[in-house]
Amino acid sequence: MMPTRELRIGDAVTLTAAGLDALIRRLAVDHRVVGPRIADGAIVVRDLASAADLPTGWIDDQEAGRYRLHRDDAAGPFDHVVGPHSLKNFLFPPREPIARFGRVDGEWRELPVDPPERPLAVIGVRGCDLAALAIQDRVFLRGRTEPDGHVDEAYERRRHKLFLVAVDCRRAAPTCFCHSTGSGPAACSAAAGRTADLTLTDLGSGPADAVAPALGERRHACRIGSERGAAVMTAVAAEVFVGHCSADEATAAERVPADLERAMWQRGKEGEGATSGRCLDTGNIRDLLFSNLDHPRWDDVGARCLSCTNCTLVCPTCFCASVTEVADLSGDSVTRERHWESCFSLDHARMHGTSVRHTTASRYRQWLTHKLAGWIDQFGTSGCTGCGRCITWCPVGIDLTAEVAAIRESPSAATGGTS
Amino acid sequence: MSGSPVTDGRPRPTTLAADPWRTHPARVVALRDETPGVRSYDLELRDARVRAEYRFLPGQFNMLYLPGIGEAAISISSDPAAPELLTHTVRAVGNVTNALARLAVGDEILIRGPYGQPWPLGELSGGDVILVAGGLGLASQRAAILDIVRRRDDFGRVTILHGAKTPSGLLYTSEHDAWQGAGIAVDCTVDTAEATWQGPVGLVTDRLAGLPLAASSTGILCCGPDPMMTGVARVAAGRGLGHSRVWVSLERNMSCAVGQCGLCQFGPFFVCLDGPVFRYDRIESLLGVRCL
Repeated sequence: MMPTRELRIGDAVTLTAAGLDALIRRLAVDHRVVGPRIADGAIVVRDLASAADLPTGWIDDQEAGRYRLHRDDAAGPFDHVVGPHSLKNFLFPPREPIARFGRVDGEWRELPVDPPERPLAVIGVRGCDLAALAIQDRVFLRGRTEPDGHVDEAYERRRHKLFLVAVDCRRAAPTCFCHSTGSGPAACSAAAGRTADLTLTDLGSGPADAVAPALGERRHACRIGSERGAAVMTAVAAEVFVGHCSADEATAAERVPADLERAMWQRGKEGEGATSGRCLDTGNIRDLLFSNLDHPRWDDVGARCLSCTNCTLVCPTCFCASVTEVADLSGDSVTRERHWESCFSLDHARMHGTSVRHTTASRYRQWLTHKLAGWIDQFGTSGCTGCGRCITWCPVGIDLTAEVAAIRESPSAATGGTS
Repeated sequence: MSGSPVTDGRPRPTTLAADPWRTHPARVVALRDETPGVRSYDLELRDARVRAEYRFLPGQFNMLYLPGIGEAAISISSDPAAPELLTHTVRAVGNVTNALARLAVGDEILIRGPYGQPWPLGELSGGDVILVAGGLGLASQRAAILDIVRRRDDFGRVTILHGAKTPSGLLYTSEHDAWQGAGIAVDCTVDTAEATWQGPVGLVTDRLAGLPLAASSTGILCCGPDPMMTGVARVAAGRGLGHSRVWVSLERNMSCAVGQCGLCQFGPFFVCLDGPVFRYDRIESLLGVRCL
C-alpha cells in the first residue's frame, strides 16, 4: 500500500529495484552518491548513477591472497561482501591538501584549501564498515569527546554530511570474521553504536503483489534510522511505489543477519582448515600481544611478509599518515598534502636517517599489536572490525587470525609487558 | 575513552587551536651558536593576541614549520614565565633543521604548539631534583631549569649532571655560572677531554653514582641517548631510587603531534600525546624490546 503520511524514524518499507533506483537518483540531487560497482576486476566503491550500476548477478570469491568475481544469476545487488575500498577512502582520502601557504613580501600567509565538496551518500555499507566508521570517529573527532583531543576539521565536515545506506550481509566470505569481533554481520546495532540513515535487507524474490507486480521481483526491506533518512524515503515514496513492511517481511529482514551470524559461528566449529571459517579470539588480546613482543612467531611471519603495505591500505581503520610539502619552483606557493602512511614502510619510524623498525618482523609486529592491542589503550576500542580485507589482499595470504592464534597457542614467558 | 591506561590524570595543556594543522607566524628575533652545529633561535609570535595567549610547560615542544621544507618537533628551551619569547635549540641534521640553520634574524617561520607532557615539576616540589642530560638533551630541560631558578625555594637540592662527548659539546655553558649562583649545582663531564678541560672525564651515570641522594624525596629528570637513560635508571635503582621516581624524555619521528598520524608510536603510547616525558617505570619494559 502507498504510504499516505510522512515516513518517520523506525518505519520500515519495502523497495523493489525501481525503488532502489529512485533512492539513488533522489540522493544524487544533493549528494555525490557512491556505492559498489565492478571496476578493475573487483567490486570497488565508485560513483553510482543508478541502480543499474550495482553489481547485481556477481559474486566475489575471497580467500587468503585471492579475490575473483564470478557470475551468479541468483545474486542480488549486495550479495558480494566487502572489496578493497571502505568509507575510509572517502572520509580520510588517500591524498588531501591540509593547508596552503603563499609568501608575500617575506611573510607567509595561510590560504584557503579547496572549497567544500558535495555531501557524500554511500550505498551498501556493511556492519564491519559502520564499525570502522565509529573507530575512525574516535581517532579524528577525539576533540569532541575529550578535552585534550583534537578534531580533524576536513574529516568532521565530511562526516556530518555523510548519508549512509547500510546493507545487512546475506553471505560471508571465508575471510569474514565480524561475528567474532562484534561488528557484524547485522549492519546496524544500537548496542554497538552502528547506525545508518537507511538500512536495507535483501528479502529475495516474493510472490507478485502491489509492491512487486512482476512475479519473483526482488525486494529490499528498508528501515529508516534518521530524520534525514525519513525525509529522503518520503521523497522516494512520492515518486515510486513504496510499501510498508508487513510483519512477515519485518521478521524475515531480522532473520537475515541473525541466520548468517549463526552460520558463521557454526562454520568455525566444522573442522580445521581455512574454509571452515575464521574467528578472532579477542579474549585478553591486549595483554596477550604486549606480553609477547619477543615471541618467535614475529620472525616467522616476518619471513613471509613482503612489507608491501596492502593490509594497511585496505584496512578500514588504519589511519597513519604523513605530510608532504608540495611547492612551486619559486618556493613561494606551498600546499601541504597529507597522504596515507604505512607502518610497513621504512619511513614510518625514521629517526636520524635510519628506521627504528628496520626488520619486517618488527613492522608486522607494530601493525598487529597496534591494531589489536595499542588501539585499546589509545582509543578504548580494538582497531579490527573482522572485515577480512587484510587477509584477502595480502599477496602471500598472511592471516592475522592465524598469527594471533599461533601466539595464543604458545605464549612466551612474559616479556615486554606494559600493564 | 576516559580512563584509558595511557593517561595518568596529568593535565594536558591546551594548544593554540583545536585544528591540529593551524600554524602561527613567528619571527626570528635572535640567533645564538651554542655548540658546533647547534644553534638557538629566539622566536616571537607575530600576532599579538596569539602571543598573549601562548603558554607552555617545561618539557613541551613546538612544531617548527618551514613551508615547502617541512616540520620538526623541537623542545621549548626558554623560560615558561616569559612565553612571549620562545627559544628552540636545534642541531642541523636533517632537511628541516638544515633549512632552519639558513635563517637570519628577521626571517619568519610558522609554529604550532605547545604539545606533549611536561616534566613533573609540580610533583617534585619540596624534594630534591637531579637533571641528567646528555649533549643536546639539556635543551629539553632548560625550561625546567629556568622554572626552578625562578622558584628555587620550592625545591631542595637541585643538581644538573650534564655530559657530552667533548667539552665543546657541553650546552649553555655561558649560563652555568648563573644557574650555580641561583643555588643549582652544575656538574659537567665529558667522554674525551681536551687540553684545557679541568672537569671530570666519564659517564653521567658515574657522577650520579657518587652524588649524595635522599632516595625518598628525590626525582630524576633525564634526557639523552637510550643507553644513558637506561643506565641512569639502573644506577638510581642501585641507590634506592625506584623507577617511578625517574622521568625520561623520548624522541620519535612525528607528523601531526596530536595522536592522529600514528608515526610516533612506542608500544601503546603516542610519544606526542603521552610523552615526550614518560615516567620510567611505565616504559621500562618497552625500552628493552628491539626495533619497537
